[in-house]
Amino acid sequence: MRGLLYYFFRRVGGLVPVFLGVTLVSFVVIHLAPGEPGDAGAAFNPKVSAQAGEKLKELYGLDRPILAQYGSWLGRFFRLDFGNSFVDGEKVTAKIARAVPVTLVLNGLSLFLILLAGIPLGILGAVKAGSRLDRTLTFFVLAGFSLPAFWLALLLMSFLGVGLRILPVSGLTSLFWEEMNFLAKAMDLARHLLLPVLVSSVTGLAGIARFVRSGMLGVLRENYIRTARAKGLSEKAVIYRHALRNALLPVITILGLSVPGLLGGSVIFESVFSIPGMGRLFFQSVFARDYPVIMGVLVLGAFLTLLGNLLADAAYRLADPRVR
Amino acid sequence: MNLKNSFLLLVLFFVPAFLSAGGDHQNGDAFVAASIGEPVNLLPLFAADSASAEVSKLIFNGLVKYDKDLKLTGDLAESWEVKDGGLRIVFYLRKNVKWQDGEPFTAADVEFTYQKLTDPRIPTPYGGDFEKVVSLAVKDPYTVEVVYKEPFSPGLASWGMGILPRHLLLHENLPATRFSRAPIGTGPYLLKQWKSQDQLLLQANPRYFEGRPLIDRYVYRIIPDQATTFLELQTENVDFVNLSPLQFKRQTDTPFFRRKYQKLKIPSFGYAYIGYNLLSPLFADKKARQAVGMAINKKDIIDVTLLGFGRPATGPFLPESWAYHPGVRESAFHPERAKALLEEAGWSDTDGDGWLDKDGRKFSFTILTNQGNDQRKMACEMVQKRLKDVGIEMKIQIVEWGVFLKEFIDKRRFDAVLLGWQLSPDPDVYELFHSSRAVPGKFNFVSYKNPEVDRLLEEGRRLFGEEARATVYRRVHEILSEEEPYTFLYVPETLVAVHRRFRGVEVGPAGIGHNFIRWFVPEGERRYKSPDRRFWA
Repeated sequence: MRGLLYYFFRRVGGLVPVFLGVTLVSFVVIHLAPGEPGDAGAAFNPKVSAQAGEKLKELYGLDRPILAQYGSWLGRFFRLDFGNSFVDGEKVTAKIARAVPVTLVLNGLSLFLILLAGIPLGILGAVKAGSRLDRTLTFFVLAGFSLPAFWLALLLMSFLGVGLRILPVSGLTSLFWEEMNFLAKAMDLARHLLLPVLVSSVTGLAGIARFVRSGMLGVLRENYIRTARAKGLSEKAVIYRHALRNALLPVITILGLSVPGLLGGSVIFESVFSIPGMGRLFFQSVFARDYPVIMGVLVLGAFLTLLGNLLADAAYRLADPRVR
Repeated sequence: MNLKNSFLLLVLFFVPAFLSAGGDHQNGDAFVAASIGEPVNLLPLFAADSASAEVSKLIFNGLVKYDKDLKLTGDLAESWEVKDGGLRIVFYLRKNVKWQDGEPFTAADVEFTYQKLTDPRIPTPYGGDFEKVVSLAVKDPYTVEVVYKEPFSPGLASWGMGILPRHLLLHENLPATRFSRAPIGTGPYLLKQWKSQDQLLLQANPRYFEGRPLIDRYVYRIIPDQATTFLELQTENVDFVNLSPLQFKRQTDTPFFRRKYQKLKIPSFGYAYIGYNLLSPLFADKKARQAVGMAINKKDIIDVTLLGFGRPATGPFLPESWAYHPGVRESAFHPERAKALLEEAGWSDTDGDGWLDKDGRKFSFTILTNQGNDQRKMACEMVQKRLKDVGIEMKIQIVEWGVFLKEFIDKRRFDAVLLGWQLSPDPDVYELFHSSRAVPGKFNFVSYKNPEVDRLLEEGRRLFGEEARATVYRRVHEILSEEEPYTFLYVPETLVAVHRRFRGVEVGPAGIGHNFIRWFVPEGERRYKSPDRRFWA
């Protein structure tokens, strides 16, 4: 256990410079990109005086050298101050805090569904490798993977929402949701989440299913599996007790890598479903050149990526004695 | 008195009370508007995008406003007087107006708003409108006097700027105040809730000085995807949307839509044009510009890009405006005359390659337009085809907006652009066509210079009163149409769908929003229940 703790701190120490490097590169790149805050909105309007832009630049210190700006950003960052949005003056943390739960719940639910369906499908595919069932599964899983999410979403919305009217079309809640009682609120939310979760699960299923299948195929060829079978274990015990546990090890890596994905929304997906998540927040801030918000989202992403890697490594050490 | 009588008495006693409570029998329901964009900042000083402006207008009032016929009328000001030939304007304010938190509205609020508008530390895009103001003085709690450096008639309309509550904002830092997400105004609706990237919920202001709006609630839904908006429309979950010409003409042409929605065509406040760089040797010559104008078939462009929902533009004013000269004809489609004009200007096809040339140079140029506007792109392609027919080669370049302004417009690195202007009802086009504005960073980027137009534009700013100004702007209209620094293409129509349960919808030159507080839904057709009375307290 001491070894693990020591390992943990050493790894964390190693990640700090990587993290700072990521922030520096992001900061410089977004500031060097063409365009300035205020460009997106009403920049080409004779009623709008040019001074507004100049005032903004001064107000936010955008006329200083980039590294000096980065220095002061970093200083504030160490005090956990991400600043205020250039666009509406709202705190960056408040903006992100509003979008995080939405994206987290959505992606968490669909990741859960993906694992729930993907692992059994993968096992089935491996055990019956080459059979008609395997080929059919492969076809459908890959078809789901290849469909553009927005297209599938629009089709389902049109069919289930407009045609049959059994599900709401878009959004997270109905109008005047606050005035419903608790049960109605929960039902309403669940009905609204159904389609987005379904669509993102269907389109994301292929990765896990194929991964488990190929991992399982590899394991099933191992000598110890043959040994297990030879000593007369039931097929069930061979597959679930001996093969699956080893085949699932790589899935830990995938799970670790999907930690940042839990908070990364897709713009197109969120726009089609009209969901107020991280993807739209990031997209809009990039278009408005809202540097503090962009940096806030990037820092969060970098942090989660590093954290996910760390957790995956740590989980690996726990799960697989050979790595220790 | 027996029981029966006392019951009767009770009824007699209560019925009138009941009836008077029933006086608001038209109140109720909710209006759900859909928008692609989310408001950025509801403070009128910073509301520069259309979503912010739309919502901000429900919450705040200015001193003046445009009525349904686009005439200036009092809003928070009951009346005003223009004195000393326009050097002084005195506003007489309404006396019974309350802020949505119950505080009285007074001249101090107007003074406060003016101070913020002209404060150098406040990055408001509207400061320019007030540069000519020397001072604003509070004469008494309900009278303010504005003194101008020189008479400036467009300045009157700029007092339509929403007035801010001094008592709430005195110690706030406006660019970063929480107030911009939780504003308090004097307007017909008050903001109850703002769910980012989802919706804004507004509620009728019972104290509104023109009377409480009849629709109880106003929901501004943000739906970033047009296809989704359309699906929501088909489930009646939105009551008001802007439609594309294709949606208006074809996709909404179903029995369901005809039964549930009213489709309306509203004059839009804007026009599309081709602007020429008059510094470019190709277009310095008026004849070349006129020839291009004649070679283009505007009617075709309207029929194809707007499916016919628009009118040819003849000048920089709205056809509904008093400044518009009805006698000015659009440059008619006439390729033969265009060719003759080009010939006069020295352009002919000497080497027989199909393109015109002069002094060994081919008549070839690039037209620029911004990315993300398919109508403009399509218009460019149609212009390209027509110009080819008269022997002019035109290339099309589509550029991202930020780069477009910085690299091409500001640096004058273009031959021609295809763009559009949004218009305010005031016809002052000084910023676009006065020679003093033909400098970097200003908006006369075509570098148009004409002493008569300069003089007229200055006069138009000095004169007050529509009749006097109309003569001036009509002459400007004539000259611009003749000299053609822009080829004015079309005025598109704004196409909307409104749910049929709303009554009182009236289309005027100013659009349909002008009488919104008098719209209502008859009982029995209402779609959304209003929360109980306690909710209003």
